[in-house]
Amino acid sequence: MEPFTTLRAIAAPLDEINVDTNQLCPSRFNKLPYGEAYARVLLHDRRFNADGSEKPDFILNQEPFRRARILIAGRNFGIGSSRESAVFALRAFGIRAVIAPSIGDILTNNCFRNGLLPIVLPPEQTERLMRQVLQQPGAVLTVDLPAASIIGPDGALYRFEIKALRKRRLEKGLDEIAVSLEYRQAFDAFEEAYKREVPWV
Amino acid sequence: MNKPRTLFDKIWDRHVIARVDDEVLLYVDRCIIHEGSNHAFETLRRARVSVRRPKQIFAFADHYVPTDPARRAQGLDGIADKAVRGMVELLQRNTREHGIALFGLGHERQGILHVAGPELGLCLPGIVLTGSDSHTSTHGAFGCLAFGIGASEAAHVLAMQALWQRRPANLRITIDGPLGFGVTAKDVIMAVIARIGVGGAIGHVIEYAGETIRRLSMTERMTVCNMSIEAGGRAGMIAPDETTCTYLAGRQYAPDAAAQEPALAAWRELASDADAAFEKEVSLDARAIQPMVSWGTNPEQALPISGAVPDPAREPSAERRAEVAKVLAYMGLTPGTPLQEIRIDRVFIGSCTNGRIEDLRQAAAVAKRGRAVVPSWVVPGSASVKREAEAEGLDRVFEAAGFEWREPGCSLCAAMNGDELRPGERCASTSNRNFPGRQGPGGRTHLLSPPMAAAAALQGRLVDVRRLGSGS
Ligand code: SF4
Repeated sequence: MEPFTTLRAIAAPLDEINVDTNQLCPSRFNKLPYGEAYARVLLHDRRFNADGSEKPDFILNQEPFRRARILIAGRNFGIGSSRESAVFALRAFGIRAVIAPSIGDILTNNCFRNGLLPIVLPPEQTERLMRQVLQQPGAVLTVDLPAASIIGPDGALYRFEIKALRKRRLEKGLDEIAVSLEYRQAFDAFEEAYKREVPWV
Repeated sequence: MNKPRTLFDKIWDRHVIARVDDEVLLYVDRCIIHEGSNHAFETLRRARVSVRRPKQIFAFADHYVPTDPARRAQGLDGIADKAVRGMVELLQRNTREHGIALFGLGHERQGILHVAGPELGLCLPGIVLTGSDSHTSTHGAFGCLAFGIGASEAAHVLAMQALWQRRPANLRITIDGPLGFGVTAKDVIMAVIARIGVGGAIGHVIEYAGETIRRLSMTERMTVCNMSIEAGGRAGMIAPDETTCTYLAGRQYAPDAAAQEPALAAWRELASDADAAFEKEVSLDARAIQPMVSWGTNPEQALPISGAVPDPAREPSAERRAEVAKVLAYMGLTPGTPLQEIRIDRVFIGSCTNGRIEDLRQAAAVAKRGRAVVPSWVVPGSASVKREAEAEGLDRVFEAAGFEWREPGCSLCAAMNGDELRPGERCASTSNRNFPGRQGPGGRTHLLSPPMAAAAALQGRLVDVRRLGSGS
């Protein structure tokens, strides 16, 4: 997995609440194997007309936001279905960090497992960033993972919370399964005792 | 004295294998998967690891199978779309390769994983059950910790039979009082979501408690727990009791006769201690709950059927006004219209929320009082539900009333198998999600209970099932 340290990038404002995973990746695209094709899938029905042509009004179809690597969204981002394809789509489009006042639990987990950093900031702070990037299209944000902070286009500093284990995995690009296999012995010991106590499962 | 603990605390604590910072490696007793889990097998292959405990993994073909009887009869060949057929085939290959039990196309126990799984006795009190589908919360009805996971988490469970998790907080929702005539478990959970909102339980595991919940059947409890995720909950659960044990007795993957005694004794210990602390508490009076119907594009945007489409101008903030206006534009609704005047184009009765035998009985009881005036589908949640319904003659009741009786699967709930709405079509649906495009691009969904859906079919509009005159 690609390590994540510091990201300086254009941020796109998706000024909407409740952008659920079915909008991020409509169900019919769940069949796609993971890969580049997902770039087009992201918010597909919002970005494209039925004939496949682009909807020019949609923010991610506009310059410079087509090149955004950070997404700023309203509350309840990524609620709904557990489909990981929603994260595949964000990643394939180029997004590596999402900032919102609240983010769905399953999407959050899926982000961390795919090298994408979900950041929850208080509503006032998200709104301020959203306003700034709307007013200055192409404004650059800096996401500093080691310092757990964001620097806004105006130089303002925002701190966010991230748990140590998640941070370490993301910074190093560690594959979770590989890390977990080191816990085999602990697993075996646990399971033996557990199965003695709960033999009916 | 030990610190008093909740049902959730007890299960969580018993499953911790290791701790690092604030994450624990949690043992997973059982994991259920479906065609969408093919991504997880791919990850496993890339990591060159095998499935650690194949006997604890159970697979179901549900999301992508056709529900049209003629096409279903042709097996795999009945799936016209190559990509869709590929998903079903791939699940067959993956499960065969790894020695995982598959309840697939043609299997007598096939069905939606959250309907067929409980029928098999997969969800037992006290266990941790994960599923590669967000509505895995359904299984919490049995007093287990059951939650949905994404594809890489599923890959992790396949590889380790365990999962890294952060401890969620406890939220108790207590519901007391009798349910009124025509009010179902679906209305209860829709009222809960309308009250706490789609983000109301984010970061929490919900325990449903109270006298109303205790009186619910297992089917009804599953309907309630099923939609926990629509309030943002990590899981939903109900303490096991007589109802739970009676349901599980004799099921294939439930404790056999020899293990009955110790299992029941252990299950009795699971209920939350009397003075256990919940980070958040909500209570509802069941008497105040009316038959509900959603008017918007998320499950919290729902009202009693006696209500009217909200007026954006009355919303408290500019953000809310814009949001409601946008939702109404998508839904094609005019502010102030009584919900009962909303005409519908189709009806869908089924899904893991309301595709069980009791749901179909309730819908059939309404259906037999008239004739469907719009295309109306009944899709049993599993092959067993279908057999049972046919043995009772429900299929004939539905067909005589002009409803279409179909084969078990997810069908129009998620529109992955080709069953979908056309743009602009309006559907009264017993499923759980009304997000834009959920039932097909541009489709409009109104969530409601099975009897309310059947009533809507007879009238071609949303209607209060309690006021449906006889013979109308
Ligand atoms: S019926 Fe709907 S919600 Fe339930 S598992 Fe199938 S697609 Fe998911």
